[in-house]
Amino acid sequence: MTRTVALDDLVRRIKPGAKVAVAPDYAGPPMATIRELIRQGTGDLHVVCVPSAGMVVDVLLGTGQVRTLETAAITLGEAGGAPRFQAALKQGSIRIMDATCPAIHAGLLAAQKGVPFVPLRGIIGTDVLANRPDWKVIQNPFADAEDPIVLIPAILPDIAIFHAPVADRFGNVQIGRRRELASMAYAAKSTLVTVERITDENLLHSELSAAAVLPSLYVDAVAVVPEGAKPYGMWSGEYDVDPAEVAQYARVARTEDGFRDYLARFLGATVPA
Amino acid sequence: MPAPATPRELLIVAIARLLDGCRHVAVGASSPIPASAAMLLRAQKEQQDEVVRISVLGSQEHNFFTNGGVELFDCAAQGRIDAFFLGGGQIDGQGNINLVGGGGDYPQTKVRWPGSFGSSYLAFLVPRVILFREEHSPRVFVEQVDFVSAPGTSPPEVYRPGGPVALLTGLGLFSFDRQAGRFTLRSVHPGHTVEEIVAATGFKFDIPEIVPTTPGPDAATLALLRGRVREEVSECYGEFAAAWRAEVPEVVTAM
Repeated sequence: MTRTVALDDLVRRIKPGAKVAVAPDYAGPPMATIRELIRQGTGDLHVVCVPSAGMVVDVLLGTGQVRTLETAAITLGEAGGAPRFQAALKQGSIRIMDATCPAIHAGLLAAQKGVPFVPLRGIIGTDVLANRPDWKVIQNPFADAEDPIVLIPAILPDIAIFHAPVADRFGNVQIGRRRELASMAYAAKSTLVTVERITDENLLHSELSAAAVLPSLYVDAVAVVPEGAKPYGMWSGEYDVDPAEVAQYARVARTEDGFRDYLARFLGATVPA
Repeated sequence: MPAPATPRELLIVAIARLLDGCRHVAVGASSPIPASAAMLLRAQKEQQDEVVRISVLGSQEHNFFTNGGVELFDCAAQGRIDAFFLGGGQIDGQGNINLVGGGGDYPQTKVRWPGSFGSSYLAFLVPRVILFREEHSPRVFVEQVDFVSAPGTSPPEVYRPGGPVALLTGLGLFSFDRQAGRFTLRSVHPGHTVEEIVAATGFKFDIPEIVPTTPGPDAATLALLRGRVREEVSECYGEFAAAWRAEVPEVVTAM
């Protein structure tokens, strides 16, 4: 059965060198988990954004704990460019695997199906493909005419992390229509979820809403962390994104010193009183 | 008399015209002007008893998708999306777009943008890709992009039902010929000139003998824009709608 644990115990399940799939800004970004990950200094991580990310991954990049970054984009949205992402690339301190959104979804789908790859249209002739030697172009074996098509290898994360509104006592997690959270969990060896709260009701009991639930079968541990996505918002309506906070981060994190100051405040933010 | 159309209202109307005939328009993240245009088209067609579906990413109200981020891409591959919008840090004269970065050797480029998002895929599959970038300058419109996130054209053996059809900027509107891989200037926005556009564009393009001024909205369209469309777009683009409201007030006219 899924265990409900403290946040630090949950994060200790992420080992150095792990491949970690991270939920996007619009689907419960795991800010609290990332904060604890930075505190524990796990490091040497291969981060897979599903399929893009913002501050959650930018902060992690700033701490130097990312070895490889696989993503379709890193952006702070209206606040502008992601400063530590840009700095890490300029310094050459990370290995970047530039992708395109559907390719990341396809790689997770392959993992979900237990097959080595999934074919995908488009992409041919891009510099994205030119810089991804792990993506192959083959002739469509079912076509008589020439028909090149790209194969995307399975993405096999060790860990998937996201923040959700509610889990029940059995470890079933409400994900609404954010189906990418299920895709991540299906593909990953282990899924670690933070939630706003635990409900006594079994979320799978209602046949009408069970499809909006990730069953505990795929969930290894749950930690209760209220406001665990902040400064991003929760799609379920608990709170909205705080654009002023994201904009402030975008501004101060442009310099290494500014980032260090922000990080100190960020790490202090959830120390229990 | 309502205040005359603002430059942004002109862009919204120009995009809505490019969308005429679409049954399902999808709009990506951080795209308030394309989203407003899709909403305008829907409102206009509704008056003619026609249904236009729109899927605005980031909106809960104006969005059909329930299968996560992948659904947009699955729909596109099946031909269920008629139009989509792409931009870029650089766009070149062959219709190639660059959302990754420029200057120096990739990946250690001097400038780094967010990344290709879905462009490397959608540019192939959506029949009516509209390239949209407000900033019209030689640093954006270059002779050749430094990184191809999505190519403007593809060799005949590559499966490609879609691609760019037009490029709209803050100065004018171009059409794109997929066979020739080349842009043609179609109209110049009020207050600007062909010469200004030539000077601000780093690539060569065709210029017809007569280049008209981009037409603005009529009174009924303006009322729709400042009424229903602005209200609808405020759900997911609150700041954009508020700035628009501050720029020009509500229009109360008998329709």
